[in-house]
Amino acid sequence: MSTAPPDAAEIERRVAAFLAAHDPAAVPPREFLRARYDAGLAWVHYPEGRGGLGAARAAQPAVDRAFARAGAPGNHPERNGIGLGMAAPTLLSHGTPEQLDRFLRPLWTGEEVWCQLFSEPGAGSDLAALGTRAVRDGDGWVVDGQKVWTSMAHEARWAILVARTDPAVPKHRGMTYFVCDMHAPGVDVRPLRQLTGEAEFNEVFLTGVRIPDTDRLGAVGDGWRVATATLMNERVAIGGQAAPREGGMLGVVTRLWRERPEVRTAAGHDALMRLWVEAEAARLTGERLRQRLAAGDPGPEGSAAKLAFARLNQELSGLELELLGEDGLRYDDWTMRRPTEVDFTRRSPGYRYLRAKGNSIEGGTSEILRTIVAERVLGLPGEIRTDKDVPWKDLPK
Amino acid sequence: MSDLLYGEIEDDLRAGVRSLLDDTCGWADVLAGTETDAPHAAAPWDGLVAMGVTALPVPEDAGGAGASWRETSVVMEELGRAVAPVPFLGAAVLGTAALLAAGAADVLADGPAVLAVPLSTAPGDPVPDVRADGGALTGVVTSVADAAVARTLLVPADGALYAVDGSAARITHVTSLDMTRRLADVALDGAPARRIGGADAVTAALTTGAALLAAEQLGLAERCLELTIAHLKTRYQFGRPIGSYQALKHRVADLWAAVSQARAVVRYAAGCVASGDADTAVAAALAQAHCSGIAVRAAEECVQMHGGIGFTWEHPAHLYLKRAKSDAIALGTAGRHRAALAELADLPPV
Ligand SMILES: Cc1cc2nc3c(=O)[nH]c(=O)nc-3n(C[C@H](O)[C@H](O)[C@H](O)COP(=O)(O)OP(=O)(O)OC[C@H]3O[C@@H](n4cnc5c(N)ncnc54)[C@H](O)[C@@H]3O)c2cc1C
Repeated sequence: MSTAPPDAAEIERRVAAFLAAHDPAAVPPREFLRARYDAGLAWVHYPEGRGGLGAARAAQPAVDRAFARAGAPGNHPERNGIGLGMAAPTLLSHGTPEQLDRFLRPLWTGEEVWCQLFSEPGAGSDLAALGTRAVRDGDGWVVDGQKVWTSMAHEARWAILVARTDPAVPKHRGMTYFVCDMHAPGVDVRPLRQLTGEAEFNEVFLTGVRIPDTDRLGAVGDGWRVATATLMNERVAIGGQAAPREGGMLGVVTRLWRERPEVRTAAGHDALMRLWVEAEAARLTGERLRQRLAAGDPGPEGSAAKLAFARLNQELSGLELELLGEDGLRYDDWTMRRPTEVDFTRRSPGYRYLRAKGNSIEGGTSEILRTIVAERVLGLPGEIRTDKDVPWKDLPK
Repeated sequence: MSDLLYGEIEDDLRAGVRSLLDDTCGWADVLAGTETDAPHAAAPWDGLVAMGVTALPVPEDAGGAGASWRETSVVMEELGRAVAPVPFLGAAVLGTAALLAAGAADVLADGPAVLAVPLSTAPGDPVPDVRADGGALTGVVTSVADAAVARTLLVPADGALYAVDGSAARITHVTSLDMTRRLADVALDGAPARRIGGADAVTAALTTGAALLAAEQLGLAERCLELTIAHLKTRYQFGRPIGSYQALKHRVADLWAAVSQARAVVRYAAGCVASGDADTAVAAALAQAHCSGIAVRAAEECVQMHGGIGFTWEHPAHLYLKRAKSDAIALGTAGRHRAALAELADLPPV
């Protein structure tokens, strides 16, 4: 028997009832978040029993606002972007009921942070070239290899991992997708310092790491399909957030413009207004995309959202530095640190400018995204490929 | 946030207009029309009037369809796709919007009314100096779009809006960059006139026009992109379709992303104008500031990626290029609209 998903009024009623039974000021944060998950009020578009109510995705912002108004503890998405934005939707679409039982709640509450073990020194844009091996061993797998650029690996309890299980078939067919325990013996995380001075990302060496077969996600050899689902979610997570007018990086620059008249120049004004228009256009495009999603008709516009996001962040943060003039010559701190969160608009103008350079590389470079739009959305012919039908082990490396 | 999608009625309307334009307004006809003296193509225009889509936002008791500018915006998209040489912008958008703002929709009973301002006028810009002496107007308004179709000319003069019988003006056609939207100089020499509203009706009409012109730019850009993609898939050089070269592929991917954004911006502006939203001035200026450049880029890329054939008189690319560039100047350039936005968003220059 199926019942209709609750509407906005019913959800509002449930939030009110939950808050009446769980005083945010009295219940300890962790307990509060767990109870919110169990009440289906974590991500209401997830299924019942998985932190949701099977409701419309569009119902979520109102729920988050209601909890924020009540002073409820948050789950700090800036500390677990990969978990919330990529691992969770991939688990939901490809995980077994046991995996969902085990992983989803602590992921949502923030008790367990996730990272993404995809890229390797020899496999970036060409992710399917990856060479980390997973070899069957009884009821599990043994993994050996090296991953790189792994954001937040130093904070992570779990990782989503793609490894090669069959080197004798063409590269897209020989991969399998796993959940990897970052506390398992043989996992070695070493910081990689970034151009900002700090180390958000790491290199991760995997030496004889045992993964039980129950932590496999999807079928053996089906890793590319599962990974593609993750990457689609990643691009939406990076570029597709709902925001008010003058949110994000634009808000940083417009505040500067209004509060410090001495930074204003004619050229700066021209640049600022061009970017204002572009940012507002990108924002409305995101809004339209969400309206289509809510109407059950996801448009292909999502694939372009991250392209616009990266460009805007880079241009705006560059403009901010120029407007600042002499102040733009200074940096806040080059000390090597391992941050616990990712937030592109934090710290200082110099940091924002430098960090934005990663936006057109992480989660698929802008060049690769253009190729994806051209081929998958516009139907243009594919690149000339020399690697498609060659067994992975015979590829030039 | 207003609805940024299209409703079923709008989908049906689009299909109806597209089929009319397919039948009456093919490129060969449009091209041939640019070399005649006829100020517009009669068949598509008469068809649009007969369909009732030239009076969508006009209330039913004034002989209109009682719909809104949202639906009109969809018609403009289709007219842009076809580079249709019809006086829709001057009459069904600017003239009608001015009359609705002035509360004088009854004037439409006489036939099309056209707003007599230079096509390059942005909302809030000064208008040409026309004197109103008693009930008579004297002065010249240059570069008026679609003046030939006007039964009534709506002329801003001395800070107010006047209605003048079209036959009382001397209309001189000029050679325009975009011969699918003819311009004319309008001379008034003591022409009998009736005051119908204030200067705010002119600003309102230009704001509505800015929002709706963006829809035409969207339709035009989308059609150019489609033409270009079709060509990239079928034209072979060096043994491969030219669409397999990244130098071209990446540019059309960016263009597609820009056109998707234009659609969101255009829908937002149409929704604001239709509902009289408090954000209308921002939405209309945003639409022009954003869509003008995209339409021009789409048309320019269409010429470039077609190579020599794109540079010929026979290929339709130039019709789009000329319309796109004229549209970018019409109702204020993108720079003019950015300046307006700066004021509206409280981001003052220096
Ligand atoms: C801040 C940051 C965080 C990251 N976090 C993670 C993470 O948590 N987990 C993870 O797995 N990875 C992560 N990455 C890695 C990221 O996904 C890769 O860097 C990215 O996919 C590019 O791969 P690459 O670095 O090997 O560059 P390459 O693939 O070697 O690319 C080099 C240049 O060549 C271009 N190029 C490559 N192929 C083509 C082609 N076919 N056509 C045109 N141009 C091409 C690229 O666009 C780029 O400009 C992170 C990266 C950054 C910068």
